[in-house]
Amino acid sequence: MNIYARRRATNFAILSLSLLATAAGLLVLFLILWSLLRHGVPALSLAFFSQSTPAPGNVGGMINAIYGSAVMTVVATLVGAPVGILTGTYLAEFSRGSHLAQVVRFINDILLSAPSIVVGLFVYEVMVVRMGHFSAWAGAASLTIIFVPVVVRTTENMLVLVPASLREAAVALGAPRWKVVVMVVYRAAVQGVLTGVILAVARVAGESAPLLFTALNNQFWSTDMNAPMANLPVVIFQFALSPYADWQLLAWGGALLITLTILGLNIFARLMASWSSFSK
Amino acid sequence: MTYEIQPIETSASPRPRLIQMPAVEPPKPTVAQAKEAADQAQAKVEIKDLRFYYKAYEALKGINLTLHDKRVTAFIGPSGCGKSTLLRVLNRIYELYPDQRATGEVLVDGQDILDPRQDLNLLRARIGMVFQKPTPFPMSIYDNVAFGVRLYERLGPRRLDERVEEALRRAALWDEVKDKLRESGLSLSGGQQQRLCIARAVAVKPEILLLDEPASALDPISTQRIEELIADLKSDYCIVIVTHNMQQAARSSDYTAFMYLGQMIEFDTTETIFTHPKERQTEDYITGRFG
Repeated sequence: MNIYARRRATNFAILSLSLLATAAGLLVLFLILWSLLRHGVPALSLAFFSQSTPAPGNVGGMINAIYGSAVMTVVATLVGAPVGILTGTYLAEFSRGSHLAQVVRFINDILLSAPSIVVGLFVYEVMVVRMGHFSAWAGAASLTIIFVPVVVRTTENMLVLVPASLREAAVALGAPRWKVVVMVVYRAAVQGVLTGVILAVARVAGESAPLLFTALNNQFWSTDMNAPMANLPVVIFQFALSPYADWQLLAWGGALLITLTILGLNIFARLMASWSSFSK
Repeated sequence: MTYEIQPIETSASPRPRLIQMPAVEPPKPTVAQAKEAADQAQAKVEIKDLRFYYKAYEALKGINLTLHDKRVTAFIGPSGCGKSTLLRVLNRIYELYPDQRATGEVLVDGQDILDPRQDLNLLRARIGMVFQKPTPFPMSIYDNVAFGVRLYERLGPRRLDERVEEALRRAALWDEVKDKLRESGLSLSGGQQQRLCIARAVAVKPEILLLDEPASALDPISTQRIEELIADLKSDYCIVIVTHNMQQAARSSDYTAFMYLGQMIEFDTTETIFTHPKERQTEDYITGRFG
């Protein structure tokens, strides 16, 4: 009996430590959420969603930054999702353990963990310097570079999870490889792949470093992709560090908005993943 | 007063069949009759000195075998003997994987399918395959069956409907799914899924049907339905079935090939293999004394 008592004690100790660690993590998360809500909710007025960033002391909002963030994220998604999904498909379905695939996978892993400020500097060098000015295109390009590796990784992982027997069954009917992938494998993995895309959107929506050197910022309403464009992360960065109370309030509102958006996207991604298991 | 003894008929639940040893199976044709039947059956596939390699490992060591049209041939043998490998050569599905290759000749209607110039998709359209585990595609029941048909034929909606119904009827699944053709194929039970896969293979009207332990994951009633299905399909196809189940081989096949360690130990009519096998190894295996 002694050994069982010891096992129970060990179990209790480890379980307690795990619960403690979980509680600590959750506590920090809820503290962040709570302070965001406490400071951010008062900033969310009609003006916040309808007016551009103001000069200190004036009434204003974040609409130019909200628009800028949305449009650059959309461009990054429209370019990055197809590139990422196709690359992931190549790695999972067509590479057959070739050397090229190993190199692609390795480079993708490096990109995945590259500091985003390095991506920003890279785009600054190759786009901003050559074009001679900051632009929303450059911002979207740097977000795309961050977007792609996330999608490549999740797409490959999701496609690899599709059982080989399903591919064999489709191949055995005489289906060419591309039809097997498009009509059977994608269907089996669609929720997982889309979840990866949504997580990538959530990832780039909150990036500030790559935009700092590329889209820069714009105090005014602008839809010109060839000009600097406001965006939430950089505006938050600028306003939060400013000495003006009204700017700081707007920064809290922007931070709350971004956090809720990313939280919402993550929850949506989770729901999609659970729908997929529900349908099976 | 007369009593008429009526057979009890319950169409809803099929009568369970007693598991019997092959030796006391209901009368089968005599050896002579079977041999005669064999001569009448046309050779569909001729395998000549087939060798198969996983990397350097030789999994099939010179197989020679003839498969007859409109007959069922069973491959039996212990795990790892190469029977599934042999089956997978017949539609060259092993080509999906690098490091796997086959040498020798496999003549289907006199044409060598191992020829590198052979179009693999066309070959596989002629040779249907059903796997050990049911593999319904993540789409509706209807689309599952129509999938293969749409690959090679352009049928109007009505003719496609007919083809799907015909295939599902042949697979004895129609009555169970006719009201839910738009539901996911994954919503069916395991036995139904396997019959769906058979319907899918039959729908493209192949010439040869390869069954890789099609009933090993199923309960006895589903197994029986699939065996009945095989008996029914035999009139139109050359059927090859890999099985671990000796009774199944005895019940449902015309010919049996016993394989061991990558070699074809004995091939003959099922009657002969199960009553007077020539090889000692065969006898030991079918009587369960293998070791």
